[in-house]
Amino acid sequence: MAVKQLSVFMENKPGTLANLANVLAEANVDLKAMTVADTKDFGIARMIVDDTEKALIALSSAGQTAKVREVCGFKVPDQVGGLAKVLSLLGDNGISIEYMYAIVTSDSDKAHMIVRVDDNEAAEKILLDNGVELLDI
Amino acid sequence: MEKRKYYQPDAETMPVEEIKKLQSEKLVEQVKHVYAHVPYYKKLMDEKGVKPEDIKGIEDIHKLPFVSKSDLRDTYPYGLLAVDLADCVRIQSTSGTTGKRVIAYYTKHDLDIWSDCCARALVAAGVDKEDVVQVSYGYGLFTGGPGLNDGSHKVGSLTVPMSSGNTDRQLTFINDLNVTCLCCTPSYAAYIAESFKEKGISPDQISLKAGIFGAEPWTNEMRRTIEKGLGIKAYDIYGLTEISGPGVSFECEAQTGMHINEDHFYAEVIDPDTGEVLPEGTPGELVFTCLDKEAFPLLRYRTRDICILVREQCSCGRTFIKMKKPTGRSDDMLIIKGVNVFPSQIETVLLKENYSENYQIEVSREGTTDVFDIYVELLPEQFDDTVKSIAEKEKALKGAIKAMLGIVPNVHLVAPKTITRSEGKAVRVIDKRKLVD
Repeated sequence: MAVKQLSVFMENKPGTLANLANVLAEANVDLKAMTVADTKDFGIARMIVDDTEKALIALSSAGQTAKVREVCGFKVPDQVGGLAKVLSLLGDNGISIEYMYAIVTSDSDKAHMIVRVDDNEAAEKILLDNGVELLDI
Repeated sequence: MEKRKYYQPDAETMPVEEIKKLQSEKLVEQVKHVYAHVPYYKKLMDEKGVKPEDIKGIEDIHKLPFVSKSDLRDTYPYGLLAVDLADCVRIQSTSGTTGKRVIAYYTKHDLDIWSDCCARALVAAGVDKEDVVQVSYGYGLFTGGPGLNDGSHKVGSLTVPMSSGNTDRQLTFINDLNVTCLCCTPSYAAYIAESFKEKGISPDQISLKAGIFGAEPWTNEMRRTIEKGLGIKAYDIYGLTEISGPGVSFECEAQTGMHINEDHFYAEVIDPDTGEVLPEGTPGELVFTCLDKEAFPLLRYRTRDICILVREQCSCGRTFIKMKKPTGRSDDMLIIKGVNVFPSQIETVLLKENYSENYQIEVSREGTTDVFDIYVELLPEQFDDTVKSIAEKEKALKGAIKAMLGIVPNVHLVAPKTITRSEGKAVRVIDKRKLVD
Protein backbone atom coordinates (compact mmCIF):
# COMPACT_ATOMS: atom_id res chain seq x y z
CA MET A 1 0.00 0.00 0.00
CA ALA A 2 2.94 2.30 0.65
CA VAL A 3 3.42 5.40 -1.44
CA LYS A 4 6.71 5.90 -3.28
CA GLN A 5 8.40 9.21 -2.60
CA LEU A 6 11.30 10.70 -4.48
CA SER A 7 13.75 12.92 -2.58
CA VAL A 8 16.54 15.05 -4.01
CA PHE A 9 19.52 16.62 -2.26
CA MET A 10 19.98 20.19 -3.46
CA GLU A 11 22.45 22.97 -3.21
CA ASN A 12 21.09 26.09 -1.59
CA LYS A 13 21.31 28.58 -4.43
CA PRO A 14 19.01 30.33 -6.90
CA GLY A 15 17.70 28.24 -9.76
CA THR A 16 18.24 24.79 -8.26
CA LEU A 17 14.57 24.10 -7.76
CA ALA A 18 13.68 25.45 -11.20
CA ASN A 19 16.30 23.15 -12.70
CA LEU A 20 14.79 20.21 -10.85
CA ALA A 21 11.31 21.04 -12.13
CA ASN A 22 12.66 21.42 -15.67
CA VAL A 23 14.30 18.00 -15.61
CA LEU A 24 11.01 16.45 -14.55
CA ALA A 25 9.04 18.41 -17.14
CA GLU A 26 11.38 17.31 -19.92
CA ALA A 27 10.96 13.71 -18.82
CA ASN A 28 7.20 14.24 -18.98
CA VAL A 29 6.77 13.47 -15.28
CA ASP A 30 3.69 14.80 -13.49
CA LEU A 31 4.17 16.17 -9.98
CA LYS A 32 1.42 15.20 -7.52
CA ALA A 33 2.95 16.80 -4.45
CA MET A 34 6.14 18.51 -3.41
CA THR A 35 7.68 19.87 -0.26
CA VAL A 36 11.09 21.36 0.38
CA ALA A 37 13.03 21.21 3.62
CA ASP A 38 15.74 23.80 3.91
CA THR A 39 18.78 24.30 6.08
CA LYS A 40 21.54 26.90 5.88
CA ASP A 41 23.58 24.84 3.45
CA PHE A 42 21.26 22.59 1.53
CA GLY A 43 17.69 21.67 0.77
CA ILE A 44 15.89 18.39 0.36
CA ALA A 45 12.99 18.28 -2.07
CA ARG A 46 10.47 15.50 -1.57
CA MET A 47 7.99 14.65 -4.26
CA ILE A 48 5.22 12.32 -5.21
CA VAL A 49 5.13 11.84 -8.98
CA ASP A 50 3.11 9.78 -11.43
CA ASP A 51 6.11 7.70 -12.56
CA THR A 52 8.77 7.39 -9.86
CA GLU A 53 11.05 5.13 -11.88
CA LYS A 54 11.12 7.46 -14.87
CA ALA A 55 11.69 10.49 -12.64
CA LEU A 56 14.57 8.79 -10.82
CA ILE A 57 16.32 7.93 -14.09
CA ALA A 58 15.84 11.47 -15.42
CA LEU A 59 17.22 13.05 -12.24
CA SER A 60 20.15 10.68 -11.89
CA SER A 61 21.22 11.20 -15.47
CA ALA A 62 21.04 14.95 -14.86
CA GLY A 63 23.63 14.43 -12.10
CA GLN A 64 21.22 14.90 -9.20
CA THR A 65 21.41 12.95 -5.97
CA ALA A 66 17.99 11.34 -5.78
CA LYS A 67 16.54 8.54 -3.74
CA VAL A 68 13.24 6.66 -3.61
CA ARG A 69 11.70 5.54 -0.34
CA GLU A 70 8.33 4.43 0.87
CA VAL A 71 6.15 6.79 2.88
CA CYS A 72 2.70 6.43 4.34
CA GLY A 73 -0.24 8.14 2.60
CA PHE A 74 -3.78 8.39 3.93
CA LYS A 75 -7.02 10.32 3.55
CA VAL A 76 -8.68 12.37 6.26
CA PRO A 77 -12.17 13.86 6.22
CA ASP A 78 -11.96 17.50 5.19
CA GLN A 79 -13.46 18.83 8.40
CA VAL A 80 -12.30 20.45 11.65
CA GLY A 81 -10.43 17.94 13.79
CA GLY A 82 -10.09 15.40 10.96
CA LEU A 83 -6.30 15.47 10.86
CA ALA A 84 -5.96 15.73 14.65
CA LYS A 85 -7.79 12.45 15.07
CA VAL A 86 -5.53 10.52 12.68
CA LEU A 87 -2.32 12.00 14.03
CA SER A 88 -3.37 11.16 17.59
CA LEU A 89 -3.78 7.55 16.52
CA LEU A 90 -0.17 7.48 15.35
CA GLY A 91 1.16 9.41 18.33
CA ASP A 92 -0.69 7.28 20.89
CA ASN A 93 0.84 4.19 19.34
CA GLY A 94 4.38 5.53 19.59
CA ILE A 95 4.83 6.32 15.89
CA SER A 96 7.12 9.32 15.44
CA ILE A 97 6.57 11.54 12.39
CA GLU A 98 9.64 13.00 10.70
CA TYR A 99 7.66 15.25 8.39
CA MET A 100 4.29 15.59 6.74
CA TYR A 101 2.74 17.26 3.73
CA ALA A 102 -0.47 17.34 1.72
CA ILE A 103 -1.25 16.27 -1.83
CA VAL A 104 -3.30 18.48 -4.08
CA THR A 105 -6.31 16.53 -5.36
CA SER A 106 -9.74 17.10 -6.86
CA ASP A 107 -11.24 15.12 -4.00
CA SER A 108 -13.46 17.69 -2.26
CA ASP A 109 -14.41 15.54 0.74
CA LYS A 110 -11.04 14.26 1.81
CA ALA A 111 -7.58 15.73 2.29
CA HIS A 112 -4.74 13.47 1.09
CA MET A 113 -1.75 13.42 3.41
CA ILE A 114 1.77 11.96 3.34
CA VAL A 115 3.75 11.19 6.49
CA ARG A 116 7.30 9.96 6.80
CA VAL A 117 7.66 7.58 9.73
CA ASP A 118 10.34 5.09 10.74
CA ASP A 119 8.12 2.05 10.57
CA ASN A 120 5.80 2.35 7.61
CA GLU A 121 4.13 -1.03 8.02
CA ALA A 122 3.27 -0.42 11.66
CA ALA A 123 1.79 2.98 10.85
CA GLU A 124 -0.31 1.57 8.01
CA LYS A 125 -1.62 -1.23 10.19
CA ILE A 126 -2.70 1.19 12.94
CA LEU A 127 -4.45 3.41 10.41
CA LEU A 128 -6.19 0.51 8.67
CA ASP A 129 -7.28 -1.04 11.96
CA ASN A 130 -8.92 2.26 12.85
CA GLY A 131 -10.74 2.63 9.57
CA VAL A 132 -8.51 5.25 8.00
CA GLU A 133 -8.36 5.00 4.22
CA LEU A 134 -4.80 4.60 2.87
CA LEU A 135 -3.55 6.15 -0.34
CA ASP A 136 -2.37 3.95 -3.16
CA ILE A 137 -0.55 5.91 -5.82
CA MET B 1 61.33 -9.46 -23.57
CA GLU B 2 61.77 -9.15 -19.84
CA LYS B 3 61.12 -5.73 -18.40
CA ARG B 4 63.91 -3.63 -17.05
CA LYS B 5 64.04 -3.29 -13.31
CA TYR B 6 66.12 -0.10 -13.33
CA TYR B 7 66.71 2.57 -15.94
CA GLN B 8 70.30 3.24 -14.82
CA PRO B 9 71.22 0.27 -12.61
CA ASP B 10 74.82 1.43 -12.00
CA ALA B 11 73.61 4.62 -10.36
CA GLU B 12 70.44 3.34 -8.77
CA THR B 13 72.08 0.42 -6.98
CA MET B 14 75.44 2.04 -6.26
CA PRO B 15 76.89 1.12 -2.85
CA VAL B 16 76.37 3.89 -0.29
CA GLU B 17 80.14 4.57 0.13
CA GLU B 18 80.46 5.13 -3.60
CA ILE B 19 77.46 7.47 -3.59
CA LYS B 20 79.12 9.54 -0.84
CA LYS B 21 82.38 9.63 -2.78
CA LEU B 22 80.61 10.70 -5.96
CA GLN B 23 78.64 13.35 -4.09
CA SER B 24 81.85 14.71 -2.53
CA GLU B 25 83.58 15.02 -5.87
CA LYS B 26 80.61 16.67 -7.47
CA LEU B 27 80.01 19.09 -4.59
CA VAL B 28 83.62 20.33 -4.58
CA GLU B 29 83.38 21.09 -8.30
CA GLN B 30 79.91 22.58 -8.02
CA VAL B 31 80.91 25.00 -5.25
CA LYS B 32 83.90 26.19 -7.32
CA HIS B 33 81.64 26.63 -10.35
CA VAL B 34 79.01 28.59 -8.46
CA TYR B 35 81.49 30.77 -6.56
CA ALA B 36 83.19 31.71 -9.78
CA HIS B 37 80.08 32.39 -11.85
CA VAL B 38 77.31 33.63 -9.56
CA PRO B 39 78.11 36.93 -7.81
CA TYR B 40 75.10 36.49 -5.54
CA TYR B 41 76.43 33.17 -4.26
CA LYS B 42 79.93 34.58 -3.88
CA LYS B 43 78.49 37.35 -1.74
CA LEU B 44 76.49 34.91 0.43
CA MET B 45 79.56 32.70 0.94
CA ASP B 46 81.84 35.63 1.64
CA GLU B 47 79.39 36.93 4.21
CA LYS B 48 79.43 33.55 5.91
CA GLY B 49 83.22 33.39 5.64
CA VAL B 50 83.28 30.24 3.49
CA LYS B 51 85.69 29.79 0.61
CA PRO B 52 85.35 27.09 -2.07
CA GLU B 53 88.53 25.42 -0.73
CA ASP B 54 86.79 24.95 2.65
CA ILE B 55 84.48 22.45 0.97
CA LYS B 56 86.53 19.27 0.70
CA GLY B 57 83.70 16.79 0.61
CA ILE B 58 80.01 16.24 1.22
CA GLU B 59 80.61 16.34 5.01
CA ASP B 60 81.45 20.05 4.66
CA ILE B 61 78.12 20.97 3.09
CA HIS B 62 76.77 22.35 6.37
CA LYS B 63 79.29 25.20 6.05
CA LEU B 64 77.46 26.58 3.02
CA PRO B 65 74.72 29.21 3.36
CA PHE B 66 71.10 28.30 2.70
CA VAL B 67 69.07 29.82 -0.09
CA SER B 68 65.30 30.11 -0.06
CA LYS B 69 62.49 31.32 -2.23
CA SER B 70 63.17 34.90 -1.18
CA ASP B 71 66.70 34.67 -2.67
CA LEU B 72 65.12 33.55 -5.92
CA ARG B 73 62.79 36.52 -5.83
CA ASP B 74 65.62 38.93 -5.07
CA THR B 75 67.64 37.68 -8.01
CA TYR B 76 64.79 37.35 -10.52
CA PRO B 77 65.16 36.78 -13.42
CA TYR B 78 68.86 36.10 -14.14
CA GLY B 79 70.61 36.59 -10.81
CA LEU B 80 71.39 32.94 -10.03
CA LEU B 81 72.31 31.91 -13.54
CA ALA B 82 75.69 30.13 -13.47
CA VAL B 83 76.38 29.83 -17.22
CA ASP B 84 76.07 32.09 -20.24
CA LEU B 85 72.48 32.53 -21.31
CA ALA B 86 73.64 31.35 -24.74
CA ASP B 87 74.35 27.92 -23.26
CA CYS B 88 70.82 27.58 -21.91
CA VAL B 89 68.26 25.80 -24.04
CA ARG B 90 65.10 25.88 -21.92
CA ILE B 91 63.37 27.62 -19.09
CA GLN B 92 60.59 26.32 -16.86
CA SER B 93 58.66 28.31 -14.33
CA THR B 94 56.73 27.68 -11.14
CA SER B 95 52.98 27.90 -11.00
CA GLY B 96 53.34 30.94 -8.79
CA THR B 97 50.86 29.52 -6.28
CA THR B 98 52.91 30.81 -3.36
CA GLY B 99 54.01 34.20 -4.55
CA LYS B 100 56.16 35.45 -7.38
CA ARG B 101 57.14 33.17 -10.20
CA VAL B 102 60.51 31.47 -10.22
CA ILE B 103 62.32 30.91 -13.51
CA ALA B 104 64.69 27.97 -13.76
CA TYR B 105 67.23 27.62 -16.60
CA TYR B 106 68.51 24.43 -18.18
CA THR B 107 71.45 23.59 -20.38
CA LYS B 108 71.28 20.52 -22.63
CA HIS B 109 73.12 18.63 -19.92
CA ASP B 110 70.60 19.74 -17.28
CA LEU B 111 67.66 18.56 -19.39
CA ASP B 112 69.45 15.27 -19.88
CA ILE B 113 69.81 14.73 -16.13
CA TRP B 114 66.22 15.72 -15.53
CA SER B 115 64.79 13.35 -18.13
CA ASP B 116 67.03 10.55 -16.81
CA CYS B 117 65.48 11.09 -13.39
CA CYS B 118 61.97 10.90 -14.82
CA ALA B 119 62.91 7.80 -16.82
CA ARG B 120 64.09 6.16 -13.58
CA ALA B 121 60.70 6.96 -12.02
CA LEU B 122 58.83 5.46 -14.97
CA VAL B 123 60.88 2.26 -15.01
CA ALA B 124 60.42 1.97 -11.22
CA ALA B 125 56.67 2.06 -11.88
CA GLY B 126 57.03 -0.92 -14.21
CA VAL B 127 57.06 1.07 -17.46
CA ASP B 128 59.18 -0.07 -20.41
CA LYS B 129 59.38 0.28 -24.19
CA GLU B 130 56.16 -1.64 -24.83
CA ASP B 131 54.12 0.67 -22.62
CA VAL B 132 51.93 3.58 -23.60
CA VAL B 133 52.36 6.55 -21.30
CA GLN B 134 49.73 9.29 -21.18
CA VAL B 135 51.17 12.49 -19.74
CA SER B 136 48.24 14.46 -18.38
CA TYR B 137 50.23 16.95 -16.41
CA GLY B 138 50.11 20.44 -17.83
CA TYR B 139 52.64 21.15 -20.57
CA GLY B 140 54.36 24.46 -21.00
CA LEU B 141 56.10 26.37 -18.25
CA PHE B 142 54.98 23.86 -15.62
CA THR B 143 57.60 21.12 -15.22
CA GLY B 144 55.11 18.24 -14.86
CA GLY B 145 54.30 17.71 -18.54
CA PRO B 146 57.74 18.25 -20.12
CA GLY B 147 59.49 16.23 -17.38
CA LEU B 148 57.49 13.04 -17.70
CA ASN B 149 57.24 13.49 -21.47
CA ASP B 150 61.02 13.52 -21.89
CA GLY B 151 61.45 10.72 -19.36
CA SER B 152 59.00 8.57 -21.28
CA HIS B 153 60.92 9.25 -24.52
CA LYS B 154 64.12 8.11 -22.84
CA VAL B 155 62.50 4.89 -21.71
CA GLY B 156 61.29 4.42 -25.29
CA SER B 157 57.60 4.20 -24.39
CA LEU B 158 54.93 5.48 -26.73
CA THR B 159 54.21 8.90 -25.26
CA VAL B 160 50.80 10.56 -25.43
CA PRO B 161 51.45 14.27 -24.78
CA MET B 162 47.94 14.94 -23.54
CA SER B 163 48.42 17.79 -21.08
CA SER B 164 45.66 18.41 -18.54
CA GLY B 165 42.02 19.18 -19.23
CA ASN B 166 39.37 17.96 -21.68
CA THR B 167 38.59 14.94 -19.56
CA ASP B 168 36.38 13.21 -22.14
CA ARG B 169 39.29 13.18 -24.55
CA GLN B 170 41.56 11.85 -21.79
CA LEU B 171 39.25 8.86 -21.32
CA THR B 172 38.94 8.27 -25.07
CA PHE B 173 42.71 8.16 -25.58
CA ILE B 174 43.23 5.90 -22.57
CA ASN B 175 40.66 3.48 -24.00
CA ASP B 176 41.51 3.71 -27.69
CA LEU B 177 45.29 3.54 -27.33
CA ASN B 178 45.34 1.04 -24.47
CA VAL B 179 47.32 3.43 -22.33
CA THR B 180 49.13 1.54 -19.54
CA CYS B 181 50.59 4.38 -17.47
CA LEU B 182 48.96 7.68 -16.53
CA CYS B 183 50.99 10.65 -15.25
CA CYS B 184 49.11 13.57 -13.69
CA THR B 185 48.29 15.22 -10.38
CA PRO B 186 46.60 12.90 -7.87
CA SER B 187 43.49 15.08 -7.76
CA TYR B 188 43.14 14.84 -11.53
CA ALA B 189 43.69 11.07 -11.38
CA ALA B 190 40.82 10.87 -8.89
CA TYR B 191 38.67 12.93 -11.24
CA ILE B 192 39.53 10.69 -14.19
CA ALA B 193 38.60 7.64 -12.08
CA GLU B 194 35.30 9.28 -11.18
CA SER B 195 34.62 10.09 -14.84
CA PHE B 196 35.22 6.47 -15.87
CA LYS B 197 32.81 5.34 -13.18
CA GLU B 198 30.17 7.76 -14.44
CA LYS B 199 30.48 6.31 -17.91
CA GLY B 200 29.90 2.88 -16.45
CA ILE B 201 33.44 1.71 -17.23
CA SER B 202 34.70 -0.53 -14.44
CA PRO B 203 38.37 -0.63 -13.33
CA ASP B 204 38.95 -4.05 -14.93
CA GLN B 205 37.89 -2.61 -18.30
CA ILE B 206 40.54 0.14 -18.09
CA SER B 207 43.88 -0.72 -19.69
CA LEU B 208 45.91 1.31 -17.17
CA LYS B 209 48.35 -0.62 -14.95
CA ALA B 210 50.27 2.14 -13.25
CA GLY B 211 50.08 5.82 -12.50
CA ILE B 212 52.72 8.34 -11.49
CA PHE B 213 51.17 11.11 -9.49
CA GLY B 214 52.72 14.15 -7.87
CA ALA B 215 53.00 17.96 -7.83
CA GLU B 216 50.63 18.28 -4.88
CA PRO B 217 50.36 16.67 -1.47
CA TRP B 218 48.20 13.58 -1.24
CA THR B 219 47.55 10.95 1.36
CA ASN B 220 47.86 7.18 1.34
CA GLU B 221 44.08 7.00 1.69
CA MET B 222 43.74 8.94 -1.54
CA ARG B 223 46.28 6.59 -3.12
CA ARG B 224 44.06 3.60 -2.30
CA THR B 225 40.98 5.38 -3.69
CA ILE B 226 42.76 6.09 -6.98
CA GLU B 227 44.24 2.58 -7.17
CA LYS B 228 40.81 1.05 -6.67
CA GLY B 229 39.06 3.46 -9.02
CA LEU B 230 41.45 2.91 -11.93
CA GLY B 231 42.59 -0.63 -11.14
CA ILE B 232 46.26 0.38 -11.02
CA LYS B 233 49.25 0.71 -8.74
CA ALA B 234 49.82 4.38 -7.93
CA TYR B 235 53.37 5.71 -7.54
CA ASP B 236 54.35 8.95 -5.92
CA ILE B 237 56.84 11.30 -7.53
CA TYR B 238 58.39 14.42 -6.07
CA GLY B 239 60.18 17.39 -7.45
CA LEU B 240 60.29 21.10 -7.65
CA THR B 241 61.09 23.49 -10.45
CA GLU B 242 63.84 25.16 -8.44
CA ILE B 243 65.78 21.89 -8.26
CA SER B 244 64.80 20.58 -11.73
CA GLY B 245 61.20 19.34 -11.76
CA PRO B 246 59.49 16.00 -11.11
CA GLY B 247 61.89 13.14 -10.55
CA VAL B 248 64.03 14.64 -7.81
CA SER B 249 62.73 11.55 -6.02
CA PHE B 250 60.40 8.75 -7.02
CA GLU B 251 58.67 5.77 -5.57
CA CYS B 252 59.41 2.11 -6.27
CA GLU B 253 57.15 -0.92 -5.94
CA ALA B 254 57.65 -0.94 -2.14
CA GLN B 255 55.56 2.28 -1.89
CA THR B 256 57.31 3.18 1.37
CA GLY B 257 58.91 6.46 0.42
CA MET B 258 60.58 8.07 -2.57
CA HIS B 259 64.17 7.31 -3.55
CA ILE B 260 66.10 10.54 -4.00
CA ASN B 261 68.30 10.60 -7.08
CA GLU B 262 71.34 11.06 -4.90
CA ASP B 263 73.88 11.07 -7.69
CA HIS B 264 72.38 14.41 -8.76
CA PHE B 265 70.72 15.85 -5.67
CA TYR B 266 71.95 15.90 -2.10
CA ALA B 267 69.22 16.00 0.56
CA GLU B 268 69.37 17.26 4.13
CA VAL B 269 66.66 17.70 6.73
CA ILE B 270 67.02 20.72 9.01
CA ASP B 271 65.31 22.29 11.95
CA PRO B 272 63.31 25.05 10.21
CA ASP B 273 63.88 27.45 13.09
CA THR B 274 67.59 27.00 13.81
CA GLY B 275 68.85 25.67 10.48
CA GLU B 276 70.59 22.84 12.31
CA VAL B 277 70.97 19.61 10.32
CA LEU B 278 68.87 16.85 11.83
CA PRO B 279 69.76 13.15 11.86
CA GLU B 280 68.03 10.72 9.50
CA GLY B 281 64.63 9.66 10.75
CA THR B 282 63.83 13.03 12.30
CA PRO B 283 61.13 15.19 10.72
CA GLY B 284 62.24 18.60 9.52
CA GLU B 285 62.49 20.86 6.53
CA LEU B 286 63.87 19.28 3.40
CA VAL B 287 66.90 21.00 1.83
CA PHE B 288 68.37 20.15 -1.58
CA THR B 289 71.69 20.78 -3.26
CA CYS B 290 72.08 20.30 -7.01
CA LEU B 291 75.36 18.41 -7.39
CA ASP B 292 75.85 18.54 -11.13
CA LYS B 293 73.40 20.92 -12.73
CA GLU B 294 75.05 23.64 -14.78
CA ALA B 295 72.67 26.52 -15.43
CA PHE B 296 70.70 26.88 -12.23
CA PRO B 297 72.51 24.94 -9.55
CA LEU B 298 70.95 25.81 -6.22
CA LEU B 299 72.96 24.93 -3.13
CA ARG B 300 71.16 24.12 0.11
CA TYR B 301 67.77 25.23 -1.16
CA ARG B 302 65.12 25.23 1.55
CA THR B 303 62.02 23.57 0.09
CA ARG B 304 59.60 24.40 2.96
CA ASP B 305 58.51 20.76 2.70
CA ILE B 306 58.39 18.92 6.00
CA CYS B 307 59.50 15.31 5.77
CA ILE B 308 61.71 12.50 7.05
CA LEU B 309 64.74 10.91 5.36
CA VAL B 310 65.35 7.21 5.83
CA ARG B 311 68.17 5.10 4.47
CA GLU B 312 67.14 1.47 4.59
CA GLN B 313 67.61 -1.62 2.54
CA CYS B 314 64.80 -1.45 0.02
CA SER B 315 63.14 -4.54 -1.43
CA CYS B 316 63.55 -3.00 -4.90
CA GLY B 317 67.35 -3.12 -4.60
CA ARG B 318 67.88 0.62 -4.96
CA THR B 319 70.41 2.10 -2.56
CA PHE B 320 69.25 5.72 -2.79
CA ILE B 321 68.01 7.25 0.44
CA LYS B 322 64.24 7.55 0.75
CA MET B 323 62.19 10.56 1.70
CA LYS B 324 58.84 9.85 3.30
CA LYS B 325 55.83 11.56 1.79
CA PRO B 326 56.01 15.21 2.89
CA THR B 327 53.43 15.81 5.60
CA GLY B 328 52.82 19.17 4.03
CA ARG B 329 54.58 22.06 2.44
CA SER B 330 55.08 24.56 5.23
CA ASP B 331 53.50 27.05 2.80
CA ASP B 332 50.35 24.90 2.78
CA MET B 333 50.13 24.81 6.51
CA LEU B 334 47.31 26.87 7.92
CA ILE B 335 47.26 28.22 11.40
CA ILE B 336 43.64 28.16 12.48
CA LYS B 337 42.72 29.27 15.98
CA GLY B 338 46.40 28.94 16.80
CA VAL B 339 46.59 25.31 15.69
CA ASN B 340 48.76 24.06 12.81
CA VAL B 341 46.52 22.43 10.22
CA PHE B 342 47.68 20.60 7.11
CA PRO B 343 45.00 19.90 4.49
CA SER B 344 46.38 16.35 4.27
CA GLN B 345 45.22 15.70 7.84
CA ILE B 346 41.67 16.62 6.90
CA GLU B 347 41.81 14.51 3.76
CA THR B 348 42.91 11.53 5.84
CA VAL B 349 39.86 11.87 8.09
CA LEU B 350 37.45 12.31 5.18
CA LEU B 351 38.61 9.25 3.31
CA LYS B 352 38.70 7.17 6.47
CA GLU B 353 35.07 8.15 7.13
CA ASN B 354 34.19 7.11 3.55
CA TYR B 355 33.63 10.59 2.20
CA SER B 356 34.74 11.71 -1.24
CA GLU B 357 38.09 13.36 -1.89
CA ASN B 358 36.21 16.40 -3.19
CA TYR B 359 36.48 18.86 -0.38
CA GLN B 360 37.39 22.45 0.25
CA ILE B 361 38.64 24.16 3.36
CA GLU B 362 37.67 27.76 3.90
CA VAL B 363 39.11 29.95 6.60
CA SER B 364 37.78 33.40 7.30
CA ARG B 365 37.73 35.75 10.20
CA GLU B 366 34.94 37.32 12.17
CA GLY B 367 36.35 40.04 14.38
CA THR B 368 39.39 38.38 15.90
CA THR B 369 38.09 34.83 15.68
CA ASP B 370 38.99 32.39 12.93
CA VAL B 371 36.06 30.72 11.23
CA PHE B 372 36.94 27.26 9.92
CA ASP B 373 34.60 25.71 7.35
CA ILE B 374 34.95 22.43 5.52
CA TYR B 375 32.79 21.65 2.50
CA VAL B 376 32.52 18.00 1.53
CA GLU B 377 30.51 16.48 -1.26
CA LEU B 378 27.94 13.97 -0.14
CA LEU B 379 28.14 10.72 -2.08
CA PRO B 380 24.80 9.61 -3.60
CA GLU B 381 24.76 6.45 -1.47
CA GLN B 382 25.13 8.54 1.71
CA PHE B 383 21.99 10.57 1.00
CA ASP B 384 18.87 10.00 3.03
CA ASP B 385 15.66 12.01 2.81
CA THR B 386 15.68 13.54 6.29
CA VAL B 387 17.48 16.66 7.43
CA LYS B 388 18.20 14.84 10.68
CA SER B 389 20.29 12.13 9.04
CA ILE B 390 22.45 14.67 7.25
CA ALA B 391 22.87 16.72 10.42
CA GLU B 392 23.99 13.55 12.20
CA LYS B 393 26.57 12.84 9.51
CA GLU B 394 27.89 16.38 9.79
CA LYS B 395 28.15 16.04 13.54
CA ALA B 396 30.05 12.74 13.32
CA LEU B 397 32.49 14.20 10.83
CA LYS B 398 32.98 17.26 13.01
CA GLY B 399 33.87 14.95 15.90
CA ALA B 400 36.35 12.97 13.81
CA ILE B 401 38.09 16.15 12.63
CA LYS B 402 38.17 17.51 16.15
CA ALA B 403 39.82 14.28 17.31
CA MET B 404 42.51 14.75 14.64
CA LEU B 405 43.16 18.49 14.95
CA GLY B 406 41.88 19.55 18.34
CA ILE B 407 39.72 22.27 16.85
CA VAL B 408 36.15 22.04 15.63
CA PRO B 409 35.28 23.03 12.07
CA ASN B 410 31.88 23.83 10.63
CA VAL B 411 31.19 20.87 8.38
CA HIS B 412 28.95 21.36 5.37
CA LEU B 413 27.84 18.43 3.31
CA VAL B 414 27.09 19.66 -0.18
CA ALA B 415 25.58 18.15 -3.31
CA PRO B 416 27.83 16.13 -5.63
CA LYS B 417 29.67 18.13 -8.29
CA THR B 418 29.25 21.42 -6.47
CA ILE B 419 32.94 21.73 -5.54
CA THR B 420 34.89 22.77 -8.61
CA ARG B 421 36.94 19.95 -10.07
CA SER B 422 40.60 20.46 -10.72
CA GLU B 423 42.39 19.63 -13.90
CA GLY B 424 45.71 20.71 -12.48
CA LYS B 425 46.44 21.40 -8.87
CA ALA B 426 43.34 21.09 -6.70
CA VAL B 427 42.19 24.18 -4.86
CA ARG B 428 41.77 22.69 -1.41
CA VAL B 429 42.16 25.79 0.67
CA ILE B 430 40.56 29.20 0.48
CA ASP B 431 41.99 31.51 3.10
CA LYS B 432 39.92 34.68 3.21
CA ARG B 433 41.76 36.14 6.18
CA LYS B 434 43.81 39.17 5.40
CA LEU B 435 46.58 38.71 7.91
CA VAL B 436 49.37 40.38 5.99
CA ASP B 437 49.59 43.40 3.68
